[in-house]
Amino acid sequence: MADVLAILPQQLVFGLALGTVYGLVALGYTMVYGILFMINFAHGEIFMIGAYVGWWVLALLLQAQAGALHPAWVLPLMLLPAMLFTGALGVGLERFAYRPLYLRGATRLGPLISAIGASIFLQNAVMLTQGARMKVYMTSLLFPRDWRIQIAGASVSALVIVMVAVAGLMMWGLHLLVQRTTLGRSIRAVAEDREMAAIMGVNVRRVIALTFFMGSALGGAGGVLVGLYYTQIDFFMGYSAGLKAFTAAVLGGIGNIRGAMLGGLILGLVESLAVTFMNPAYKDVVAFVLLILVLVIRPTGLLGESVAARAKV
Amino acid sequence: MLKLTDVVTHYGPMRVLKSVTLEVRTGEIVCLLGGNASGKSTTMKTILGVVRPTAGRVELDGERIDGLPTESIVRRGISLVPEARRIFARMTVWENLAMGAFTRQKAPAGDLADDVERVYTLFPRLGERRTQLGGTLSGGEQQMLAIGRALMARPRLLLMDEPSMGLAPVLVDHVFDIIQAINRAGTTILVVEQNAPVALSVASRGYVLQNGRIVVHDTARTLLATDHIRRAYLGED
Repeated sequence: MADVLAILPQQLVFGLALGTVYGLVALGYTMVYGILFMINFAHGEIFMIGAYVGWWVLALLLQAQAGALHPAWVLPLMLLPAMLFTGALGVGLERFAYRPLYLRGATRLGPLISAIGASIFLQNAVMLTQGARMKVYMTSLLFPRDWRIQIAGASVSALVIVMVAVAGLMMWGLHLLVQRTTLGRSIRAVAEDREMAAIMGVNVRRVIALTFFMGSALGGAGGVLVGLYYTQIDFFMGYSAGLKAFTAAVLGGIGNIRGAMLGGLILGLVESLAVTFMNPAYKDVVAFVLLILVLVIRPTGLLGESVAARAKV
Repeated sequence: MLKLTDVVTHYGPMRVLKSVTLEVRTGEIVCLLGGNASGKSTTMKTILGVVRPTAGRVELDGERIDGLPTESIVRRGISLVPEARRIFARMTVWENLAMGAFTRQKAPAGDLADDVERVYTLFPRLGERRTQLGGTLSGGEQQMLAIGRALMARPRLLLMDEPSMGLAPVLVDHVFDIIQAINRAGTTILVVEQNAPVALSVASRGYVLQNGRIVVHDTARTLLATDHIRRAYLGED
């Protein structure tokens, strides 16, 4: 038992790092659900493609022999193109795969099936163009492995600190945007009552497209961070990560932005605790048992509202 | 200012508006009367472009607006106080008012703050509850918020869909006093009502809608005074 307790702080640090990334990716699910009531099943693939764009940037930087570049510059250089690319990809998906369906009054299942199709399409597109073998992030340009600090018995690498900081900053930024700005208010208005939002003068299609952009860009950023963390990526990585992030979104209350962040953190921490105290093979079992327990007690998730409360006038 | 000519609107295969022709002139309060399912709300939604007319024309200041997206129609100076209020329940009172001013983002912040204060003066209850969520307000307060929200756009034409519905009688009078005050301050108003006597008492002209057609059109005074009209259309015995 003493051994287990000795590694506990370390595991909590891993859990925190993983949890913030789950939260970041979960935001994409929850934002799209909040505004369109659909689950964007292709979001995991958007995350995966973000990881690939990051990999490409890193490879290009290596090719350009940018060895003199300070490590602090490398991450923004990877994140920016990855977020722009995945953001645009999300907007494209909405425009061509979902909008034609929901505009013509398809049932909610229409866009959902279309999203599953888009997910399979993107996976295969990446497999065909990038190859099925895994790619390795060349982290030599990044923070040296020995840059680490000791906190309460845990050894925390600079990479983990940066990961948590970046994910945390993005969540904070999104929170401010949604709560404090006119754009954020118009997103909330469309989520609550699309017709009234239009009557207020909001361009609803533009708000939906922007929501896809932001959610997808955050998912793409999550892909880059996970690529850096695990250093190996492949075309199938979006499947399990997407499932975990979706779980986090449901756990926190789908449609609720703070819920997605909270759900991600809880899921990450619970998984790392499961690995500490039990056979690591049971990691997913523990995560999903937690999900089921939460849903039995609070069917709308931790911070979710019931559909009836939403519809209340 | 606003002119509907032979407007026909369908919901799917169902013809809800069969032929609606009406006009609202600058400075007027015009009242559109009719029972349930007569097509009153559909007329409002057609004006705003929320549903598209299948025939006929809607003109604002002589320009056709049917076919335009809703957001560009409201940008031309039309606001709606919708049926059942439909305030944003998960936003604060202040945020609801800010949403009302959505089309005025280029206006100086000071102007918007002044207008918010004006709404709070008009409805002191809203001022007391400015940080409260819309969903926690009482029905009457929500109606005030819906009116305040519509005024925040500084509309030239205000559409009001059943402003008296679900309100206590004393509040109904208050709401219609405010409608008159808004009108005197220069806003043209088209109000849809089931409560004909109250609505006609403030309106200059009235139209009666039945089964998707305008069946009677006259000055408010004549409508109120004509016995058979009162009996047939205004729900009096």
